[in-house]
Amino acid sequence: MRKKLQEAFLTTPSFLWLMLLFVLPTLLVVVLAFRPADPFGGIGRGWTLASLRSILNPYDLEVALRTLWISAVVTLVCLVLAVPTGYAVARASSKRRRILLLLIIVPFWTSFLVRIFAWKSLLHPDGPVKKLLVLLGLSGEPTSLLYNPGAVVLVMIYTFLPFAILPIYAAAEKFDIRLVEAARDLGAGPFAAFRKVFLPGIRQGLLTAVLVVLIPSLGSYVASDLVGGPSGEMLGNKIAQRVFVDRNLPHASALSIVLILAVLAPFLVVLALQKRKGRPAVILEEGL
Amino acid sequence: MSEFLTFEDVSKRFGAIRAVDGVSLDIRKGEFFSLLGPSGCGKTTMLRLAAGFETPDAGRVVLAGRDITGLPPNKRPVNTIFQSYALFPHMTVRQNIAFGREIAKRPAAEVRRDVDDMLRLIQMEDQADKKPAALSGGQKQRVAVARALVNKPQVLLLDEPLAALDLKLRQRMLIELDMIHDQVGITFLYVTHDQGEAMSLSDRIAVMEAGRIEQVGTPAEIYEAPRTSFVAAFIGDTNFLEGEVSRLLDAEYGLLRVEGFPDVFCFNDKTLPAGRQVTLSIRPEKIRIAREKPDGPALRNVVQAKVEDVIYLGPTTKYWVRAGGRRLQVLRQHSRFALDEKPIRWTDDVWIEWHPDDGFMLDRFRRDDEKLVAPPPQKVGEN
Repeated sequence: MRKKLQEAFLTTPSFLWLMLLFVLPTLLVVVLAFRPADPFGGIGRGWTLASLRSILNPYDLEVALRTLWISAVVTLVCLVLAVPTGYAVARASSKRRRILLLLIIVPFWTSFLVRIFAWKSLLHPDGPVKKLLVLLGLSGEPTSLLYNPGAVVLVMIYTFLPFAILPIYAAAEKFDIRLVEAARDLGAGPFAAFRKVFLPGIRQGLLTAVLVVLIPSLGSYVASDLVGGPSGEMLGNKIAQRVFVDRNLPHASALSIVLILAVLAPFLVVLALQKRKGRPAVILEEGL
Repeated sequence: MSEFLTFEDVSKRFGAIRAVDGVSLDIRKGEFFSLLGPSGCGKTTMLRLAAGFETPDAGRVVLAGRDITGLPPNKRPVNTIFQSYALFPHMTVRQNIAFGREIAKRPAAEVRRDVDDMLRLIQMEDQADKKPAALSGGQKQRVAVARALVNKPQVLLLDEPLAALDLKLRQRMLIELDMIHDQVGITFLYVTHDQGEAMSLSDRIAVMEAGRIEQVGTPAEIYEAPRTSFVAAFIGDTNFLEGEVSRLLDAEYGLLRVEGFPDVFCFNDKTLPAGRQVTLSIRPEKIRIAREKPDGPALRNVVQAKVEDVIYLGPTTKYWVRAGGRRLQVLRQHSRFALDEKPIRWTDDVWIEWHPDDGFMLDRFRRDDEKLVAPPPQKVGEN
């Protein structure tokens, strides 16, 4: 009994915090989606399915699909880059490892916005990247590197890569490298040893990396707002538009529900995968 | 039998450390060969050079007449049993054993048959679907053996495979390894720092120290006829006696002048001339200890001594005695302890005696090696 009380005492603050700042607002969003909008940006009386129906238009669908593929590509590229990086950092001598880890974390010391603006000037039609590409004959003069989905993908990869590297590094650091030697010894080439022994060995780190990149990507908003242009718009931008430009909170809520479901989906998939393997359902077991 | 796995003047450095320093070694087909030495002596580097995890800075590694120096591990017909076993944690016992066969793209039916054979060999048919984490140390060890042997390697490399096991299990696995070696007839290259393991398993042993090979030979040769002070001191216990050849008696025997001792008879197999400085190694069990002066044949070394320590070891008793200003250790096996004679005790005056053939002249003596056998005497009861 005493133990129960102690437990309740310890968990109450975080429970209240979650309820007030997370569960209630989410419920509010869900409720708003079923309310009519009034012409002055407020909430009307009664209940309606109009907002939910409104998101079924082809344009919003296109944005939703684009959000999905951009997030998927960003996650995939981050993984492909983060696995060798995490491996290299984990295998480096402890002195070099500290320097490498520092280099990975250094970008966080500058404001996220400033860094995106830096990309804006880098990718600008008069910027160095474009000039180099033209010089090499890889790009024609009139096309722009900015304001397209490609620019969004690039900037998002840049933003999320450290988040992918850290959990993979943590898993690679715990990984017993002699297992790779054992695989080589048993006849596996470098690639087969990597795929059959190293990747399964850091599976938990990979899952964590997928979640910490994919979920923020789906809700990402700033990168597409600054370098995306109309053709690089994502769901986050759409929601912001509904709130600030159209002043239509029910529409924004309906879109938010789509986003919440999209974010929940990978979580549920990972949980299901872990449950099937008979492991305790833990999402962020290591790396964070 | 001819050379099978050959190291030709192989060297490997790590930074400033010469892990392996110009080593040449021939290992014969089918033999159980051990590399024995203290940690850091280069024995594991030798194994990794054979496995292909390291490439030598100089020299060649030749297997069955083929130069394998530059081959990566996966292209070499050798397999390793790692000290920590390195079983794949995400695979079952069966999957672990099948790994090498599947990488080699053998047909599924053949793989299954081979794995079943191996499971039978290691008597773990009923554990095939367990993950390594669910196995005991001895079982992991056996799976590691099976996982390597299933590939029918030309040489099996074993890196201190018993170090992680407790004593009783180690003794049992020792016998199992020996049986497996007899059954499969593959060349075993075994790395260990444990002289007991090396002595009981090996056909031949190479004793290594500081990146070099001190001596190669059968266990009996290594023990009975050590060539350097390191070998004498590392394998078992010994006493060192430094002296100078004073006179040659005939073609085989000579007299040695040792400070504080009467002239010491010794077998002069190296026919060293008078005046040469030499060090003798005398095993403690070759020295006899008695209360009365023994009256044996003339060609014996008989020295008066005083007992300083008596250490009862069960099957034997070790006596530390002082003779001619030196501390010597004497080991005596007692068949009827304390029944047939008055036991020798601390501070007793005794006689020690050994045959000249048992004092073995060393090629090389290093002062440091004395520390391996003779701990400084404890000054209890002084003042």
